[in-house]
Amino acid sequence: MGLEQQLEELEIPVLTTTLEKVVNWARRSAIWPCTFGLACCAIEMMSMSASRYDISRFGAEVFRASPRQSDLMIVAGRLSRKMAPVLRRIYDQMPEPKYVISMGACASVGGVFDNYAIVQGVDQVVPVDVFVPGCPPRPESLIYGIIQLQKKIGASKL
Amino acid sequence: MPPLAEHLPAGTFEVASSADGMPTITIPAAHLVEVCRVLRDHAALAFIVCVDITAADHFPRDPRYDLVYHLLSPEKLLRLRLRVHAGGATPEVPTVSEIWPAANWLEREVLDLFGITFTGHPDPARLIMPDDWEGHPLRKDYPVQVKLPVRTYSPLQLTEEEFRANVLTDRLRRSR
Repeated sequence: MGLEQQLEELEIPVLTTTLEKVVNWARRSAIWPCTFGLACCAIEMMSMSASRYDISRFGAEVFRASPRQSDLMIVAGRLSRKMAPVLRRIYDQMPEPKYVISMGACASVGGVFDNYAIVQGVDQVVPVDVFVPGCPPRPESLIYGIIQLQKKIGASKL
Repeated sequence: MPPLAEHLPAGTFEVASSADGMPTITIPAAHLVEVCRVLRDHAALAFIVCVDITAADHFPRDPRYDLVYHLLSPEKLLRLRLRVHAGGATPEVPTVSEIWPAANWLEREVLDLFGITFTGHPDPARLIMPDDWEGHPLRKDYPVQVKLPVRTYSPLQLTEEEFRANVLTDRLRRSR
């Protein structure tokens, strides 16, 4: 209060806030997902980023082909056991802070593929922030998932 | 279909029935390579394409497995199906990868998923499942819904010596 009042007296227009709010605002407003499509969910993920659904309205549109430049991994589809070390390595290569969305039934719990070859939930491999249900989820669902993630980032502590 | 009995060595095959009308013959494993070589090289047959090799598990029948080879002759417009029985504790069939190079990976797939050994195969490694996988998933007695712990790390494909050598050559290249 004291600082704002003094600045007001000097007629300098200033808003004060906390560092945490600024950092969280920056983080949640520019989520760069990495392209990691594993199965049919990836088609919905692409549709979400393309013109009809246009995820850039929510500030998460820049898909990066390199894990070094991305904050968010959308695990779109069934993860086979042979692919699990690859997924983990890509996750490890992403810089902090990093987030994971598990998209669809297969990535979340194995879906219809209850067998030896498919990992029954990617939370066994990487920590998941948001699970998006559906088979496959519609682009709106995934957008909702990303907004939930943005809320989560906005509420996080430094 | 030209009469196969005129071209193939006598006593090496039997004509088998097939539900879809595709010509099918059954061959004992001992004669497989010999017959396949004739099928490919004989001017009237010229089965130069090996389209597919697969297997079927008829557990608990003995012999347990049926290997199925699909051949194509683009010149004579013929198709042929070969069937070979394999059984026992360690089922074995001679490889045909010398005759059709395409058979190399197809046989590795059958080895991987059914555990049938192809004697004389140049690279008998798994094709689809991870290298250290236990069991053969397409066998009828395989526990399909088995719950195994997920392996999240795989060892680097390079050894430490190879890694050092790579870094060294990279440095030398840059300093040039």
